[in-house]
Amino acid sequence: MKTSIYGQLAAFPSEESFRAGLLGLQKAGCVQLEAYTPYPIEPPVLRGATTPMAGIMFFAGAAGAAGGYFLQWYGARDYPLNIGGRPLNSWPAFVPITFEMMVLTAALVGVVALCFLAGLPRLHHPVFADPRFRRASQDRFFICLRADDPLYTHEDVRRALADAHPESIAEVSA
Amino acid sequence: MKPEIDPPRDHLDEALIAPGQTLESVTRTISDIPLKHPYPRFWWTGFLVAFALVMLLLTSIAWLFTRGIGIWGVNVPVAWGFAIVNFVWWIGIGHAGTFISAILLLLHQTWRTSINRFTEAMTLFAVACAGLFPILHLGRPQFFFWLLPYPDSMGLWPQFRSPLEWDVFAVGTYATVSVIFWYVGLLPDLATMRDRAVTRFKARIYGLFSLGWRGDARHWVHYQKLYILLAGLAAPLVVSVHTIVGLDFAIAILPGWHSTIFPPYFVAGAIFSGFSMVLTLIIPLRAIYKLQGLITARHLDLMAKVMMATGWIVIYGYLEEFFNAWRSGDIFERFVDVNRAIGPYAGYFWVLMACNVIAPQFLWSRRLRSNVVVLFVVALMVNVGMWIERFVIVVTSLHRDFLPSSWGMFHATFWDYATLAGSVGLFLALLFLFLRFLPAISMTEMRGFVAKKGTDS
Repeated sequence: MKTSIYGQLAAFPSEESFRAGLLGLQKAGCVQLEAYTPYPIEPPVLRGATTPMAGIMFFAGAAGAAGGYFLQWYGARDYPLNIGGRPLNSWPAFVPITFEMMVLTAALVGVVALCFLAGLPRLHHPVFADPRFRRASQDRFFICLRADDPLYTHEDVRRALADAHPESIAEVSA
Repeated sequence: MKPEIDPPRDHLDEALIAPGQTLESVTRTISDIPLKHPYPRFWWTGFLVAFALVMLLLTSIAWLFTRGIGIWGVNVPVAWGFAIVNFVWWIGIGHAGTFISAILLLLHQTWRTSINRFTEAMTLFAVACAGLFPILHLGRPQFFFWLLPYPDSMGLWPQFRSPLEWDVFAVGTYATVSVIFWYVGLLPDLATMRDRAVTRFKARIYGLFSLGWRGDARHWVHYQKLYILLAGLAAPLVVSVHTIVGLDFAIAILPGWHSTIFPPYFVAGAIFSGFSMVLTLIIPLRAIYKLQGLITARHLDLMAKVMMATGWIVIYGYLEEFFNAWRSGDIFERFVDVNRAIGPYAGYFWVLMACNVIAPQFLWSRRLRSNVVVLFVVALMVNVGMWIERFVIVVTSLHRDFLPSSWGMFHATFWDYATLAGSVGLFLALLFLFLRFLPAISMTEMRGFVAKKGTDS
């Protein structure tokens, strides 16, 4: 049955053949592509693979700094200490904690954002069912053409994948 | 024919990894240490010795909680004794990890790749040891949460204008961000461990902690951006933490502490002691676990050079302290420095000079620097020297106050030494557990490094 198929999983022994295979499929017009590599490859190969991480962490850091400063400013007002008439809003003394709160908030939000953006933790995934996939975290590069791609059964696509000479190719069930 | 000029960069990169390493071989070499547990005799001996010291630490802490800080040698005028010395020493050691991971990453120093994971772990465990001491020194440690701003029924706030309160935030943030940075770096490696695990139980545990990482190309894009941004945050953070520790001293008006050189000099001292601790640990470990192919002679050479460079900044700090005391014309400042050199603690001062100023100079010679035994001994001496440096700063400044009537001496007790030894045991025990269960070198980064080298040549 078609609905129970997740996609075609092709394994490549080297980064070059993997890149060529991915390029071929993208040229053939495939959109529902997944790629798995044992280390981050530069430049990113998948089209449209961008990340909003920088923006998220910037705003988190700004919010953390503002919150950190507000905490100290509020504390200084809530329990005023009059030391020789010095201003309560003694900003130079508030700089270190403001900085630390910026770093802390940005880092914490960054990790939560990674989990959110990558859909982790996700302990089960169809590709894990394939025993070959164990090497995706070691020394093999994988391309998965998902079954929901409109060109999934198209002959050109099958040929494009075969032309890249993957080490092996097999269907994985959903 | 040997070229006269320095070899180009690529050749230096070659020296960072033994020839013939492949994606498979680096993965296997690194993951076999936790999975196959080679050299069990070394591991068990080391771990049990460290564990015995942990028991000593727990005994010391139990006795401390029962009797109070009177079991230590601290008293007026030296109210800051071993606890603060140990705190500053440990937190300084913790700085090399973040320096190697974050600052060297931002500077594109590829040689950090094979040592960053280990030094990050070292950072975590050193910060854990450091964090113990201020809490133990509180006297009423059960009220440690009074340091945190929370809506308490007394209507009080922590003193946000005090460097000691900044410390709470700085060390707390540093510990948290170090854990995050280390764990994010570990994620893909935990996935590798899951896929290489031989038993189902291990695969499940590693799989659980890897959060189901599968190396998706889209995930890598988010991941890399997060990692570089965390490095960007950690780099100023590491400077801020020891700056604030330096300010703990510098903001007090005590002669010998009240100096603007303290923050930069403390940061340099932290990196100096951190690198010496990395060398102290890595030299025996790479020999025992036969990792010379991944942690090469060139790595040791580069670390020795960083140690020397930061050592010279520290020496500049020493000179600056003396110069300022003389130039200020302040009799109390002048007295502190004279007292350090020829007073009752002069022995400590001269050992400090021998360890931190004289010993590293042997590393100018390339022949001595490439001798691992010499390098190990020098690193060990710097570790001792940096501990004594903090002792000299804390104790000699406090024991001779402005008024001779309030002068006194500090005598460390058995429990002072037991707590220090116990914290070393805790540090080593955690490191042994780390070596036993987690990959000590980043497999992901090593694979990237091997692949990059393959395409370059």
